[in-house]
Parts: sequence; C-alpha cells; structure tokens
Amino acid sequence: MITELGHFALILALCVSLVQSVVPLVGAARGNLAWMAVGRNAALAEFALIALALASLMHAYITNDFSVINVIENSHTDKPLLYQITGVWGNHEGSMILWVFMLGLCSAALALFSGNLPPALRARVLAVQGMIATGFLLFILFTSNPFLRTWPPAANGQGLNPVLQDPGLAFHPPFLYLGYVGFSIGFAFAVAALIEGRVDAAWARWVRPWTLASWCALTIGITMGSWWSYYTLGWGGWWFWDPVENASFMPWLVGTALIHSSIVVEKRDTMKSWTILLAIITFSLSLVGTFLVRSGVLTSVHAFATDPSRGMFILLLLLVAVGGSLTLYAIRAPSLKGGGVFAPISREGALVLNNLILSCGCATVFLGTLYPLFLDAVGGPKLSVGFPFFNRTFAPLMVPMILAVGVGPMLSWKRGDLLGALQRLWAAYIAAVLAVLLAWYLTHGGPILAVLGFGLSAWTGVAVIVEWAERVKLFRVGLGDTLRRAIHTPRAAYGMSLAHFGLAVSIAGFSASAFDVAAINTVHAGSVVKLAGYELHFVGVQRVPGPNFVANRSTVRITRHGQSVAVVHPEQRFFALQQTTTSETSIRTNFLSDLYLALGDGDAAGNWTLRAYWKPLVPWIWIGAIIMAFGGMVSLSDRRWRVGVAARARRTAPVLQPAPGE
Amino acid sequence: MRRALFLVPLALFLVLAGYFALALRPGYDPQMLPSAMIDKEAPHFDLAGLNGKRLALDALKGNPVLINFFASWCVPCRQEQPVLMRLATREHVPLYGIDYKDNPANAAKLLAQLGDPYRRVGLDPDGHVGLNFGVYGVPETYVLDATGHIRKRFVGPLTAEEVDKQLLPLLKALNKP
Repeated sequence: MITELGHFALILALCVSLVQSVVPLVGAARGNLAWMAVGRNAALAEFALIALALASLMHAYITNDFSVINVIENSHTDKPLLYQITGVWGNHEGSMILWVFMLGLCSAALALFSGNLPPALRARVLAVQGMIATGFLLFILFTSNPFLRTWPPAANGQGLNPVLQDPGLAFHPPFLYLGYVGFSIGFAFAVAALIEGRVDAAWARWVRPWTLASWCALTIGITMGSWWSYYTLGWGGWWFWDPVENASFMPWLVGTALIHSSIVVEKRDTMKSWTILLAIITFSLSLVGTFLVRSGVLTSVHAFATDPSRGMFILLLLLVAVGGSLTLYAIRAPSLKGGGVFAPISREGALVLNNLILSCGCATVFLGTLYPLFLDAVGGPKLSVGFPFFNRTFAPLMVPMILAVGVGPMLSWKRGDLLGALQRLWAAYIAAVLAVLLAWYLTHGGPILAVLGFGLSAWTGVAVIVEWAERVKLFRVGLGDTLRRAIHTPRAAYGMSLAHFGLAVSIAGFSASAFDVAAINTVHAGSVVKLAGYELHFVGVQRVPGPNFVANRSTVRITRHGQSVAVVHPEQRFFALQQTTTSETSIRTNFLSDLYLALGDGDAAGNWTLRAYWKPLVPWIWIGAIIMAFGGMVSLSDRRWRVGVAARARRTAPVLQPAPGE
Repeated sequence: MRRALFLVPLALFLVLAGYFALALRPGYDPQMLPSAMIDKEAPHFDLAGLNGKRLALDALKGNPVLINFFASWCVPCRQEQPVLMRLATREHVPLYGIDYKDNPANAAKLLAQLGDPYRRVGLDPDGHVGLNFGVYGVPETYVLDATGHIRKRFVGPLTAEEVDKQLLPLLKALNKP
C-alpha cells in the first residue's frame, strides 16, 4: 500500500513537473506574473512528492517487503538497518530516485531562495529545472521503476553486494548526486539567460553561489569515493581512472573552471558566452556520465546492470537537453556583448589560463575515457588506455596551472604586474627549492616527478600565505592594523586562499604516494614483520560471526622501537549469501603517514598472508580535498551574496510587483 | 563567420551523440570479441619473460592453454586473482600471463604479493601483443586450442561462474581428441 503511494507520488511528480516546465515559461514570455509564480509552488510540490516516493521506497526496504522486485534484488533480512536504508541507492533504480530527489531538492531550494530574482528570470530558471525533472521522471517510470511488484512474494532477498555494505559508500552517492544535479541550476540559469538574451554581472552573482555549493558537494562526494576505494579494496590505491570515476571527475574539472570564469563575468563583465558554455557543459558532462555508467557502452568495475533500452532513453534525453541548449547557444550567444578588452597579464588573464588548462584537462580525460568507444565505432582495433595514458597526459598538463595558482591571485584586475608579483613571491621559490631538496634527501633521490611534486606543493602553499600576508600587510603595519585588515578581508578571499591551500596539501599527498613502502609476508602466530621503523607482531586470527558474514579477525600489535603504538584487527569477511570475501583493512594514521594492514588468505596450518604498507602523507590527499570544499563553503558565507542582493532589490523595487498568492 | 564559431559546440556534441548511438546498436557489446578473431589463429608473439624464460606462441601449441592479460595497475585483475589461483592449483589448467603495458618490477611485486598462478609470464610493455589480440582492457583471458587458434575470449575479471559453466567445459571439450 505504501509502495503504491510512493509510485503514485512519483507519477504525480511527473505531472507537476510538466506544469512547472510549461506554465512559468509561457508566463515569462507573456509577462503574466500569476503564471510565472506557478513555478515556485510547482517546484515545492514536486520536491514534496519525490521525497514521499523516496521515503516509501525506504519503507519497503526497512520492512523487508519482498513483493517489491527491487527489494528482492537488493536487500536481505540479515542486512543491518543502515545498509537496508542505504541499499536503496545501491542499485540502478533506487539511485535514479535519489537522483531526482536531489534535483527536486535543488529546485525547491531555488524556489525558496530566489525571491530577489527578476520574476521572469526566476520563472524561466524554474521551468528549465522542471524540464530536466520531467525527462528523468519519464526515464524512471518507463525504464527503471523501483516500485514494481511481483507475486507471489519471495521468501527473502538476494542481498546487497558486500563491497557496498560500508559506511563510506553509504554516504558517497548522496553527495556525489547533489554535486552532479546541483550543476543543473547553473545550466538552468544559462538556458534562461540565453532565452532572455541578457547576461550581466548580476546574473553571474546569482549563479555563483549555486555553482559553488554544487562544486563543494561534488568535491566531498569524489573525496569520499576515493577514500572508500582506498580502505576497502585492500591494497591502498586511491584513484584508478576508471570510466565511472572519470565520469565524476570531468564535471568537477569543468565546474572548477566555471566557478573561476563566473568571477570574470561578475567583476569585469566579459567572458560571458564562454561562461554560459561552461555552465552548459558542466551539467552536460553530468548527464554524459549518467549515460556512460548506466548504458553499458563502456566496461567498468562500477557498472550497474545495464539494459539497452535505458541507454537509448538517456541518449534521447541527452539529445534534447544538451542538443537543445547548445542550439540555443548557437543562436543567441553571438549577440551577447562582451565588456572591456583585457590584457593577458592580469587577474582575468590568469583566470583565462586556468580555464584553458582545466578545459584541456577535461578534454584529455574525456578522450581517454571514450577512446575505446570512438575507435570501435569506426571499425578500428580495440584499444585500451589505462593508468599510463592519464599519468602521462593529465599530470603534466596540470603543472602550469598549479604554477599559475600561486601567481594569479597576486595580479590585479585589468593590468597586472607579473614581474612585481614574481618578485614578491620570493618566499615561495625558496620554499619550493627547499621542499625539493628535502624530499630528495629524505627519499634518497626518488622518482623525479614525485620529488618535483613536493616543490609544486610548497610553491602553491607558500604563495597562498604570501598573498594573504600582502592583503593584511603583515609586518608592514602595526599588529593591530594587520588584525583589523584580517578581520575585514572578505570571506570570499579566505575561501579562495583555503581552496588553493587545500590543493597544495593534496598535491603533497599525490606526490608522496610514489614513496610507499610495502611488506607482504606469510605470517603465523608470533611472527614479527618490520616495516618503516615499526614492528608488527602478528598475534593470531579468530573467527568472529557478524550480522550477515563470518570474519577472520586477526590481531596485530604495532610497536616502534619496542614502544607500544597500537593493537589493530585487520580482517577478512566472508558473506555466505553472495559467496564473496571482502577485506576490512586496518589503517593507523598519525596524519603524516598511514600504516595500512590487510589480511590475505590463510591455510589450515595457520599461515596467513599479511599485507602491510607504510604510506607517507597519504591522508593529505583527502584532507586537502576537504579543505578545498571547506574553502568553497567559506566563500559561500560571504556577505557579498546577501549585501549585493539587498541593494539590488531596493533599486528595482518599484518595478517589481509581488505576484498574487505569493 | 563569428556565428559559425558558436555552432562548433553543437556540432561536436552531435558527432559525439552519433558515436553513442552507434555504441547502442543491437548486438554491440563491449564485452564481445569482434567475431573476426574467434577461430582465427592467435597473433604470433615471442616475448621476454618475467623470470628470464621467454613466452612464445609456438611453444604453447600442442595443448589447449589459457592466456591472461593483466597488469599491476589494474584493479579488477586483483579481483580475478583468487579465481586464477584456483584454476592453476586446483584445476591444473595451463595458464600463461601477459603483463600488459606495465613495469615488470611492479608485476613481480604483485605476483609475490598475491600469489603467482602463471606457468610463465611474458612482458608486453608497449601493448603490441595486446593490440594484435584486440585487448580492450585488462584483464582479458583467451582460450587457445592445441593448434593455437583462439576459441574464446573473456573480457573483464573471470568469475567463478564463468569458470564452472563456460571455461572448464570448453577446456574439457578441447582436450578430447
């Protein structure tokens, strides 16, 4: 009964989203405020209905309703409650419900917090959101409906893939989807601006917070995914250039370019058509990613069960959404007037460089991911590109950008003084050289690229600090004055510094992964393994039953120079239902390095394989990414967004009439 | 002219959509070997080996064998490892590895770490042999009959089910005179 309610709610959401995509648009074209106002209420109603649908699907999972096919295929009575809930999005159909839920959430947030927008723009933006929702709701209802029943009900379910039964993966999709889907707002703003034929600084100011918020969510989502694969796959890798990972990384790259180029639109009233194009491409890449993951055209470790009719449907959606918006772009963008001309050596020039490199980086990843597909279509040989391709193309491409991250913020708008900026960054050179020498010394001359990576990291990190010190005139005016300047520095500037600093931290983490130390040994009770100054005492293995698995839990005592450090329990879990073994690693971190232990197979005589790694600075990869996302949030809290808004509302107040019923 | 420039993104997208549509055509399956390779003689190779012992196609003829393409940078290969170990130790299947676009030192480390199921491992650092076989990505496993003809290809990690239902029956059939 509740399942049917959810099903009907979803159908009703489709009807509402149809209304939302048509009525406000017509209203905006005719100048009818009442019709325009429909957008807001429709968006709120649509969100409530999708939330109801999601809640009813969760209900079916929690109550183990094995007459629902989706529950049979993905759940089991033995599964812990957390994974009964998160199992909802551990499969194709349920994850699509989460996808439209996030879309509804974004539309509702937009409807609630856009009262200061001109009514026509607001109506058009919400209408575009409604169109996207319509497309995806049709997709769910016609090809991927999770509410279908079967009779007679099954006695029990088939369970969730054990690898997915993990807290890290439980919360990774919601963030990832929020990021993906959040970019739809920038897309909707871009399309609405193209319909209106007007892009100005105010437009950029409205779009930026939404783009920034989605970017933060996507950053967190990707970070969680990477962290998950690190601790769960049992050998300590954290990025594999897998098509599915690339599908999330490409919108991130272009989204990063977008949040930078929209600054140029806001401050200099130029680069408009480029920014619009980026907004369209960012969301289009989210859609392409959805297509790649769910249509089965590429092989991937993460792939969902695929079905050609779904692929065809998403391709049609792509054609309508991306093809439609790019057609509109081709018609309208040429008439968007750019503002001032700009010099290559200036803040905006640096941002253009950033945009160029990030776009090229994205194109590289795109080609690498889709190469097999392209080649096959023209009847060429089947060829694969893996890790080596990306490491050789993408990584070098990022080097000039990282160098520019240090210099760009030091340049002023319109005309910058590159030489002056480079002179004022003397501390950063020294830091970079010292970091390279230190890394060279500590690692006894490790891989040259990794050693240089530390230099890049130090360069960026110190350049960020230098920029901040200049801003507050550290040591050049009195301490009180400096403090006052530090307090009055806009949060957006702090956000930028934090995000760039986070990048520096992550680069150090990436570079350090070249210096992992591994010890793979066969051990038995009483064995001692030496690794990077630690002694690992293998105590033994116990069989421990879990809720839906049986574990071989080992006990390892870690000491350093005889001093006790920790006792850890890496284990192997066997899930009888799926006949699958997963590895539960033990990671002992001190934030400078990880001690990573994974238990391998054992034999009857009590010999076990113990894989131990010492991974210097690896936690910095994720710490840096979280700092980046945090920087984005700090920037979001800037007064500018609110102050600017209030000032504009006052200015335009006489023109605006409150819509009836609002 | 300026207007034409703004048509470029649309044109690029339409080309891309065309490729996507081709990939969705009925019968296309990234997991499938183009039928051209099946029942053809395997491409000739003679590779330097991991432990100094060369791996050459001619030396493998006479018995049905498995050739597994793998690499140390490949995650699904690790997933497949237990199945390969079972094939080698319990089923005594002649399994040969080709280390694809990889650094031999890393491969040696991987095998030391997870166990070595291969009778011999050939090194294919440039991926030339993989290219000739039509390797799409690693891991891939090929079944060669006694005359060196490719009889079957498995794309992606071998699963226990594939081994039981397809691979072992096929090998049994091939081993019968």
